[in-house]
Amino acid sequence: MNATELRQEAPETGVTSGPCAIHIDGVAQVFRRDDTETHAIEKIDLSIAAGEFISVVGPSGCGKSTLMRIVSGLLAPTTGRVLIDGRPVNGPYTDLGIVFQSPVLLDWRTILGNVLLQVELRRRSPGDYVERGHALLDAVGLGDFHDRYPHELSGGMQQRAAICRALIHDPPLLLMDEPFGALDALTREQMRIDLEELWLSSRKTVIFITHSIDEAVLLSDRVVVMSPRPGRIERTLTIDLPRPRGLEARHLPRFTEIVEEITGIFLSRGVLRRGRSALAGVKAKR
Amino acid sequence: MSRRMQRVIAATRGWRDGIIGFTVLFLVWEVSAHVFKIPKYILPPPTVIWADLMKRYPRMIDAAIATTSEIVMGFAIAIVVSIPLAVIVSYSRPIERAIFPILIALQIIPKIAIAPLFIVWFGFGLMPKLLLVFLLSFFPILVSSITGLKSVPRDILDLARSTGSTELMVFRKIRLPHSLPSIFTGLKVAATLATTAAIVAEFVASDRGLGYMLLEFNGNLETGMVFATVIGLSLIGIVLYAMVEFVERNVVSWHVSQRDAPEKQLIGS
Ligand SMILES: Nc1ncnc2c1ncn2[C@@H]1O[C@H](COP(=O)(O)OP(=O)(O)OP(=O)(O)O)[C@@H](O)[C@H]1O
Ligand SMILES: [Mg+2]
Repeated sequence: MNATELRQEAPETGVTSGPCAIHIDGVAQVFRRDDTETHAIEKIDLSIAAGEFISVVGPSGCGKSTLMRIVSGLLAPTTGRVLIDGRPVNGPYTDLGIVFQSPVLLDWRTILGNVLLQVELRRRSPGDYVERGHALLDAVGLGDFHDRYPHELSGGMQQRAAICRALIHDPPLLLMDEPFGALDALTREQMRIDLEELWLSSRKTVIFITHSIDEAVLLSDRVVVMSPRPGRIERTLTIDLPRPRGLEARHLPRFTEIVEEITGIFLSRGVLRRGRSALAGVKAKR
Repeated sequence: MSRRMQRVIAATRGWRDGIIGFTVLFLVWEVSAHVFKIPKYILPPPTVIWADLMKRYPRMIDAAIATTSEIVMGFAIAIVVSIPLAVIVSYSRPIERAIFPILIALQIIPKIAIAPLFIVWFGFGLMPKLLLVFLLSFFPILVSSITGLKSVPRDILDLARSTGSTELMVFRKIRLPHSLPSIFTGLKVAATLATTAAIVAEFVASDRGLGYMLLEFNGNLETGMVFATVIGLSLIGIVLYAMVEFVERNVVSWHVSQRDAPEKQLIGS
């Protein structure tokens, strides 16, 4: 893997779009089904500067994916609104790349074909992007798999292909929903380092959702900690570790401090418990 | 060895075993017909069926052509009508709500029971048979097409929406290919129903085709010819089904059901 390959220029498209600032303004989401209401997210205010790397951590079901769908304009919030570069988002925002929580590759397309789908749907000529597609796949370690079909790949490999698909058109805004969730620990570490390098060289605005506190701290300018459902912002922490953080930052006392602080928030909210595991208490029936 | 070669060899192995199976079946049948002295009008041995067929086949060919054209035309009309209708229904909830009760009602009516009515309405000839073939094959294609078109995972559609792509492109590149395996499932069900429908229509109208000949042979206790006709009808059905499957294998070779797994011979087709 090689981060310089990740950085390879996208073909000139005439569209120049710089990094973008996002304002999330009083956003709340209630899902109604029959007569039950699910308050997925309560009321979220958050400003993200252009070129900022933001991570969102929070327990499962707290509305992280929902928040991402709202920011991307794929879901209209029940209340509140989202502004990107000062303009309200009504309907899908297209100047971005999304990595969904599941890889969602098309079964009938090869891996490269899946990566190129992004540009085909944008009515750009896929031919112009083949080279970049290969470079991206090489960079995530899938170079030899470009002509395979998704079912021939492991879950982690599929997810890496989905990441390439989100990067192929070099978008100024990246929304990533647990992009490294299905990766093994080593690949995950490598992908994180590569993503940091990519971000350092391109300064895209990134919203990165993860379950891993370490990952959030190592990657981000700020970490948004969410409460259990209904999701609210419990705390926003500015991560002042020097960059590039690479492999070494893990050993800094400051890193441990911040991780402890976030863990403390989860402990105080009952998301984490010390000792006496609830699982061990569940008796098997004989 | 290339994958394609391996596939061909696997396929011929399936054929070889099938042929052995049938040979054994016919041998047992032939031998027991002689050994147990079963009267020919009850169960003629394969050799007698063959001999009868050789004597009478010219008339059978005309009948077979008539039946085949009813099946193929009715089936084709069903495809041409139901797939576009499925597309419309999959895009419009109001239309779906308006049309579905009618379709369900149509499906619940035993169409074979209203076959005599078709004769009253359309007389004899091609029309009532086409209609019955059409009606029986229409519904499975429609339902499976709608299921396929509406089962695209939300995230894939979200991905498409986030590119600002046109709906036409989403349909061409995502919805349609995604629904093909499901559409082909419907087509295969419809292919078998189409054959049944044509025979029933010919029973009722009694003026042409293999169905009509079957009644006639049966009335004359020409059991050998009854068997020959049934085999002919089965062949038509099998060929139609095999053709659909052939197209399927080439169009949706990427689908789970088409991947070369050794079990496929048993579970699939
Ligand atoms: N389309 C929907 N209809 C109804 N409820 C929904 C819908 N989407 C999400 N929810 C509910 O909203 C809540 C938040 O879901 P969401 O997927 O955003 O959680 P998440 O934080 O991404 O969780 P995870 O970490 O497990 O992915 C959940 O309780 C979920 O049941
Ligand atoms: Mg989620």
